[in-house]
Amino acid sequence: MSAFIIRRLLQSVVVVALMSLLVFVGVNVVGDPVHMLVSPEAPQEEIERIIRNLGLDRPVHEQYLFFVKNALNGDLGRSFVFGEPALKLIIQRMPATFELAFAALLMAIVFGIPLGIYAGIYPDRVSSKLIMSGSILGFSLPTFWVGLMMIMVFAVMLGWLPSTGRGETVSLLGLKVSFLTIDGLRHILMPALNLALLKISLVIRLSRAGAREAMHLDYVKFARAKGLRESRVVMVHVMKNIMIPVVTVLGLEFGSLIAFSVVTETVFAWPGMGKLIIDALHNLDRPVIVAYLMIIVLVFVIINLMVDILYSILDPRVRIKDAGR
Amino acid sequence: MTAPGTDAPTLEVRGLATHFFTKAGVAKAVDGISFSVGKGEIMGLVGESGSGKSVTGFSIIGLVDPPGRVVGGEILFQGQNLANLDGEAMRQLRGNRIAMIFQDPMMTLNPVLRIDTQMVETIHAHDSSVPQQVALARARDALGEVGIPSPDERLRSYPHQFSGGMRQRVAIAIALLNKPDLIIADEPTTALDVTIQGQILYQAQKLCRETGTALIWITHDLAVIAGLADHISVMYGGRIVEQGPIADVLDRPMHPYTQGLLGSVPGHNRRGQKLFQIPGMAPSLLQMPEGCAFRPRCQIADDACLAEPLITEPVAGRHVRCYHPSDGGAGR
Ligand SMILES: Nc1ncnc2c1ncn2[C@@H]1O[C@H](COP(=O)(O)OP(=O)(O)OP(=O)(O)O)[C@@H](O)[C@H]1O
Ligand SMILES: [Mg+2]
Repeated sequence: MSAFIIRRLLQSVVVVALMSLLVFVGVNVVGDPVHMLVSPEAPQEEIERIIRNLGLDRPVHEQYLFFVKNALNGDLGRSFVFGEPALKLIIQRMPATFELAFAALLMAIVFGIPLGIYAGIYPDRVSSKLIMSGSILGFSLPTFWVGLMMIMVFAVMLGWLPSTGRGETVSLLGLKVSFLTIDGLRHILMPALNLALLKISLVIRLSRAGAREAMHLDYVKFARAKGLRESRVVMVHVMKNIMIPVVTVLGLEFGSLIAFSVVTETVFAWPGMGKLIIDALHNLDRPVIVAYLMIIVLVFVIINLMVDILYSILDPRVRIKDAGR
Repeated sequence: MTAPGTDAPTLEVRGLATHFFTKAGVAKAVDGISFSVGKGEIMGLVGESGSGKSVTGFSIIGLVDPPGRVVGGEILFQGQNLANLDGEAMRQLRGNRIAMIFQDPMMTLNPVLRIDTQMVETIHAHDSSVPQQVALARARDALGEVGIPSPDERLRSYPHQFSGGMRQRVAIAIALLNKPDLIIADEPTTALDVTIQGQILYQAQKLCRETGTALIWITHDLAVIAGLADHISVMYGGRIVEQGPIADVLDRPMHPYTQGLLGSVPGHNRRGQKLFQIPGMAPSLLQMPEGCAFRPRCQIADDACLAEPLITEPVAGRHVRCYHPSDGGAGR
């Protein structure tokens, strides 16, 4: 087990190193930030001073090594725009994005699994067909459009929910969170649902497929032959086997929840990393872009690692195989 | 309703029919079979692959999967018609009074649940008042009974840590947990090696004699049945073609199909002779031949066989579905 984790850790380090190279080269090949920061009429010496200050006069590979050295010290450069450390800017906004992503994940599980299992167990009922049509809509409607519609219906027309911002936040372990206040909850409801829609649909499909398959498996039939109550057959025997693919996929999708929150955050003016990166892209704020991408890579790698570990907890067959290594 | 227990046989099946309504047509997997198994009796149910043995078992415990449905007949368990029971009453019988052991040991245990969980839940499904420790002790004893070494340790294992034979023994142990009155064992020893098989057979027999448990032993291996069962029902194409006390049927089979089956068993009084094989293949349930289902493969079939033969009782206690039953003994 531990050998397995160490191996996975080493792989992760290699992935992060490779990504840092790609990200850095990619970002430094596009555009010229100096034009954004300095008015074209500025004197030549002024422009050169700024270029030197930003370290943009050095060769790219030197810039990269410099970047790596600093990155290892937790310094991903200063935002050209804000003049503050890029990492700090991102970390400040991270809790908002993570809160949104977690809320969406929770919704995907809480709505997706029961609906999917229901549709899998009773595939011929009208309600099941409605659920499945709904999930197709969830897949195919563009997130930003659904977001706008939600705002129009629930904020503008009905006036039930606020349309922008995080609302009232409280401090939890030094992080600002919305979900502990009523006002915050009202604020997070729409954006979280908007972000979750795609994942709910995904989980519905996965759970339904899993449930349909499981209902015909011998061990589920055997569970019935043992005289177990239907509730236990479904909640334990069917569910435990569905959880393996669902957890794996959801875990991997959590990264994309964070990445895709860009759209939702923009629509709902949610003050998270997504909004920051959109602004940074507008201004070609390289350090912020690089820092954002590096953080996202790190998040993906960590999530993958955790999914692997969780997977081995859920599926005893994986656990044993690794113990033997 | 007859009072359960007294003189009613443990299980009486009358004219049971279970059909599968598939897109390609109606498959009459079980088509009007009758038999009965008394207290402490062992009935062998034999037949080729696809003859409807497993479907018979699932029909009795009420677990026929769609598109299949029991379409006719009666199943009386201790005198009580199971069709009159609601879902909950049927659930309480399953795994408690009627247990079934499935055919494929690799697939019957849930791969992600520990053995103890899968055993204890079987006890608690029928009596939630049993304390966990007591239930665990019962599970351990049941594992010991079917010959699983160091059962205490094995309780905490997962199914994939067992071999196929071991898994089948766990499944048998689960069936025994609640001391059922009827066990339907669907080819339970096929995955086991010969010594273990003998051990299990011996234990099954002992269980029936001592506790009065009735047993339906499904197999296509006549050699296994020979030393075990009291009587035997031979199935062909969803119907029972011959029925009777085991020794009589094996020594003097009346139906040409049974004779063929016996002929293809090595070592049955035929040392040195060439093994006989029934010509042709089992019929497709969707295109059953007209008249006697065995007619196309039968060496003595004639025009009479174009009409459906009925079950007759040429000798007391011996039932056969054939126009030309051998009188028994001839040629053997
Ligand atoms: N789910 C199903 N859908 C359609 N037909 C089915 C289904 N299950 C069983 N059948 C039909 O019932 C017939 C009898 O099946 P059954 O499993 O009872 O055979 P068996 O005698 O147990 O054979 P084996 O020795 O191979 O286990 C099959 O030939 C098949 O045509
Ligand atoms: Mg079978």
